[in-house]
Amino acid sequence: MKTMTIREALGEAMQEEMERDPKVFLMGEEVAEYDGAYKVSRGLLKTFGPKRVIDTPISEGGFAGVGVGAAMAGLRPIVEMMTWNFAIQAFDQIINHAAKMNYMSGGQFPVPIVFRGPNGAAHMLSAQHSQNLDPLLTNVPGLKVISVANPSDAKGLLKSAIRDNNPVVFLESEMLYALKGEVPEGEHLIPIGQGKLCQEGNDVTIVSWGKISRVAIEAVSQLAEQGVSCDLIDLRTLVPMDEALVFASVRKTHRAVIVEENWPFASVGAQISDRIQHECFDDLDAPVERVSQEPVPVPYSEGLEHLALPSVDKILAAVKRVTYKS
Amino acid sequence: MKAPKTLRNVAVDRELMVDMYRKMLFFRRFEERANLAYTQQKFSGFCHLHIGQEALNVGVQTCLQPDDYVISGYRSHTQAIAKGIPAQKVFAELLGKSEGCSSGKGGSMHMFSKEHRFFGGHGIVGGQAPLAVGMAFKVNYEQENSIVVCYLGDAAMNQGQVFEAMNIAATWKVPVLFIIENNLYGMGTAIHRTTSIDHLYKRALAFDMKHSMIDAMNVLTVYEHMKSTVAFVRKNKEPFLVEAMTYRYKGHSVSDAGTYRTKEEVEEYQKRDPILQLQEDLARLDFADDDAFKAWDKEIREQVKEAEAFAEASPPPDERELWTNVFADET
Ligand SMILES: Cc1ncc(C[n+]2csc(CCOP(=O)(O)OP(=O)(O)O)c2C)c(N)n1
Ligand SMILES: [Mg+2]
Repeated sequence: MKTMTIREALGEAMQEEMERDPKVFLMGEEVAEYDGAYKVSRGLLKTFGPKRVIDTPISEGGFAGVGVGAAMAGLRPIVEMMTWNFAIQAFDQIINHAAKMNYMSGGQFPVPIVFRGPNGAAHMLSAQHSQNLDPLLTNVPGLKVISVANPSDAKGLLKSAIRDNNPVVFLESEMLYALKGEVPEGEHLIPIGQGKLCQEGNDVTIVSWGKISRVAIEAVSQLAEQGVSCDLIDLRTLVPMDEALVFASVRKTHRAVIVEENWPFASVGAQISDRIQHECFDDLDAPVERVSQEPVPVPYSEGLEHLALPSVDKILAAVKRVTYKS
Repeated sequence: MKAPKTLRNVAVDRELMVDMYRKMLFFRRFEERANLAYTQQKFSGFCHLHIGQEALNVGVQTCLQPDDYVISGYRSHTQAIAKGIPAQKVFAELLGKSEGCSSGKGGSMHMFSKEHRFFGGHGIVGGQAPLAVGMAFKVNYEQENSIVVCYLGDAAMNQGQVFEAMNIAATWKVPVLFIIENNLYGMGTAIHRTTSIDHLYKRALAFDMKHSMIDAMNVLTVYEHMKSTVAFVRKNKEPFLVEAMTYRYKGHSVSDAGTYRTKEEVEEYQKRDPILQLQEDLARLDFADDDAFKAWDKEIREQVKEAEAFAEASPPPDERELWTNVFADET
């Protein structure tokens, strides 16, 4: 095992895949000479040169589409979005083009591309810079969606995403780039579509993913002190989702709390909740609870921003509700 | 009667020059104070400063009427003040306070004031361009006498929506003045590395739009040019694009090491500092002396400190504000 940050893990994944396959290249704003707005691509320009590590204009719609075209023609682009807020400019290319090409062409034009970058709120960046787009992206058939929260998953899943023959949306977080953890040495691949049981318990199943799963971890440790033991699942991949892992846990604990950094209406949590009630109806001892972002644009002011986002306290309250301890 | 004083063959007016000098100095000191407050962690997030670029704002906005519209990007603290928003309300917004001009909900990138027709700082590069055209559309629709000023960064010119907006503006003939603040960089990327043309005014050629390029390090140059340009847009009700050559001294946001450019380059521009240039002119014309410059600076530093003190004393938004304004009030 090697200890590294998520930033380094993502960089290593790209480095290894670019070494392995000359068709892989990286483009995006500031990825080359500036080493990435968040320094994820540090050193790649030096290693691979400007042919394969390319600074783009601030033209998200344009370069996302250039990536899709290059992928249709046989290359394997990694497109870095400085943040997913800006990728909204490129939703036409991601949703109308990348996601549908293989289907519309009867399988003739797969689009092996990765769109990656940070997603969700950071700190006091206000409404246009703090959006979590999980629900919008997972709603679109044809896109695989990955959301990572530790270095090992970041590396293993990014490598799998680059090798996948489909458009893969890869969601990171500014707030987690410096997070350190252990990563296996040598070739390290994690299959797309496998969740992970991070902690085992018997009383409640907590399902989470991405940055907010770190808050769930904190809540679970506080709950342990209070004598409530939880299964904590990090989904890691949202599409395709490891539903079997969720169902098995709920059949054991009979209670589920979903912790998401999404607005609650038609969110990923709503989807999971629907699947649990359908598949585990007889196993449930309480309605499934969701801890979501409040349904407001994320405000700037520090106090308001904190109130808008999921928190340990909100998770503890939801766990109390499903265990009827409130 | 004494002949009016001239400078580089242009008649000059002491009062106007002093006013522009004091405004530029105020904006410089305001941004320095914002920078300090950020490094003292009085607020967080992003903080994009206009230090070095004061001449453009002052030269342009001195030519505007109160009922003209201004819209900009995320680098717009002092443009908001120039449009009439009290500095203390801008500072309070930086700190996310209830008395901020956006009630603490917008922050550094999102100054707004309907009262002052400042239609916002916007966070998505280029996103303000279509909005500006919409405002200019309204000006024509209601037969107003206003114009719309839309500030854009150089790098914003490569955003697709900007192209679309400019074509609509030129085709529909609406009174919007696009001002490209060409500070040569979009974050850490020199504009020539992402753009096929050497000068951005050429984009206007694609739309048959009137255009110009100016040295925006000199406030008198900006002012002289903008007087006629603003009048042209107002009279003819058609768009105009100005490429304003300027330079930012500080990083893109406060947390930017600036490794993409040399110290020498920054110093080269600082030699042509807009405040310094005007100061030299004022002295040369005997319009002001060192004592006056010192006194003004002292006075302005005090004013900026007061704005900050107001912001610090202002209460944070009430928790209930989380839920207000998601939808407009029913009427
Ligand atoms: C659509 C979009 N893409 C990327 C960003 C991130 N970003 C913020 S400012 C900026 C550079 C813009 O440069 P320029 O337009 O020249 O304005 P300046 O900052 O120099 O005033 C970038 C890439 C963004 N806010 N919006
Ligand atoms: Mg610029």
